[in-house]
Amino acid sequence: MSAPAFAETEAPQDALPAAIDLHEEFETSGVKDILAELDRELIGLAPVKRRIRETAALLLVERARRRMGLAHETPTLHMSFTGNPGTGKTTVALRMADLLHRLGYIRKGHLVSVTRDDLVGQYIGHTAPKTKEILKKAMGGVLFIDEAYYLYRPENERDYGQEAIEILLQVMENQRDDLVVILAGYAQRMDRFFESNPGFRSRIAHHIDFPDYTDGELLRIAEKMLDQQNYLFDDAATQAMTEYIARRRGQPHFANARSIRNALDRARLRQANRLFERAKGPLDAKALSTISAEDITASRVFAIKSREGERK
Amino acid sequence: MRITQGAFSFLPDLTDDQIRAQVQYCIDNKWAVSLEFTDDPHPRNVYWDMWGHPMFDNPDAAALMMELNACRKLYGDRYIRVVAFDSSHGWESVKLSFIVNRPAEEPGYRLERQEAAGRMIRYATKPYAADKPAGARYG
Repeated sequence: MSAPAFAETEAPQDALPAAIDLHEEFETSGVKDILAELDRELIGLAPVKRRIRETAALLLVERARRRMGLAHETPTLHMSFTGNPGTGKTTVALRMADLLHRLGYIRKGHLVSVTRDDLVGQYIGHTAPKTKEILKKAMGGVLFIDEAYYLYRPENERDYGQEAIEILLQVMENQRDDLVVILAGYAQRMDRFFESNPGFRSRIAHHIDFPDYTDGELLRIAEKMLDQQNYLFDDAATQAMTEYIARRRGQPHFANARSIRNALDRARLRQANRLFERAKGPLDAKALSTISAEDITASRVFAIKSREGERK
Repeated sequence: MRITQGAFSFLPDLTDDQIRAQVQYCIDNKWAVSLEFTDDPHPRNVYWDMWGHPMFDNPDAAALMMELNACRKLYGDRYIRVVAFDSSHGWESVKLSFIVNRPAEEPGYRLERQEAAGRMIRYATKPYAADKPAGARYG
């Protein structure tokens, strides 16, 4: 067994740097890479990317100020991500964790993603240990609470969610060095949640709103998802997918990119069935990886629309 | 009398930053860290009380520090130690153990002599603190 490392004793502080080149910092800290990656890999989300860029600039300047001895306190980094389902909140949270880690605001850079179930217990005395367990797991990284408004249930005054909220607030305030909390959910319900829990609002510095994707962006997302799995659309299928996206948007429970992912999963299922039932003789790689129009138009989405058309 | 058990016990008490660095070292080695406390400082007392569960899957030492502060709030007048367990060979075994909190006053030990058959003498050490009932020994 190797001897445990001794904690470094505080060395006398080096002389404070006289000047800091922000652009060099930007490149060497790896922030540039993350932002470039964000631009490259996430389609659309222009306002989100702009906000992240601004936040990154702020943190970079803050770090420079800290090095020069102008700032001492850790800035409040807790954030809220609002937007409809499937707009990339979790994905961006992952990148955010990476960003904060590279800038040195969090020590580990992992993301712990939880919902109400993970925080709130089922009986008296169950909530506090449960919440603390999650908080401990998230320390040194980012705690991502999806659909945070479910924590607060005003209609039931004995709900244990309040207890979880109190513990969260306490840790968010006292251990800002150890943990960054990101709350996420639908915009309107988050607003109501913040109204009834002013403690949260005042402890959250960055609000980022995620817009819905446009149809064109969703199509590009679909193509990208397929590409990652080594599938591709033929021309007719691209047409069908465009049509599908427009129709799917008009139907309930539309969840942006998530709906697209599910649609693609089903299209792959249909493609597999089609190949299995109709293929005569051996199939080449192209046949195995091409999604054609009929795999998409067989969807329920088209059926519902046409039935409504018949009724009219 | 300052008791010396576990690692680092001949050094001055570790500061919180030093404790944090040690714990992080343990975690980075994939050892599970946990906290134990007692008010019976006898060196042969291996049955310390556990403070919560061993912390298996926390990647950062801040979690243990939070528990340590909670433990100090309640049992700040007792001995608290950090124990790190290594499971890499299939069973949990102690890799590192060190005291992170001790009572303000440590009264020390009394040496007891007992005359046995043939005027043989048996020796025993007893902590003065153990004269009082458990839970009321310090402070």
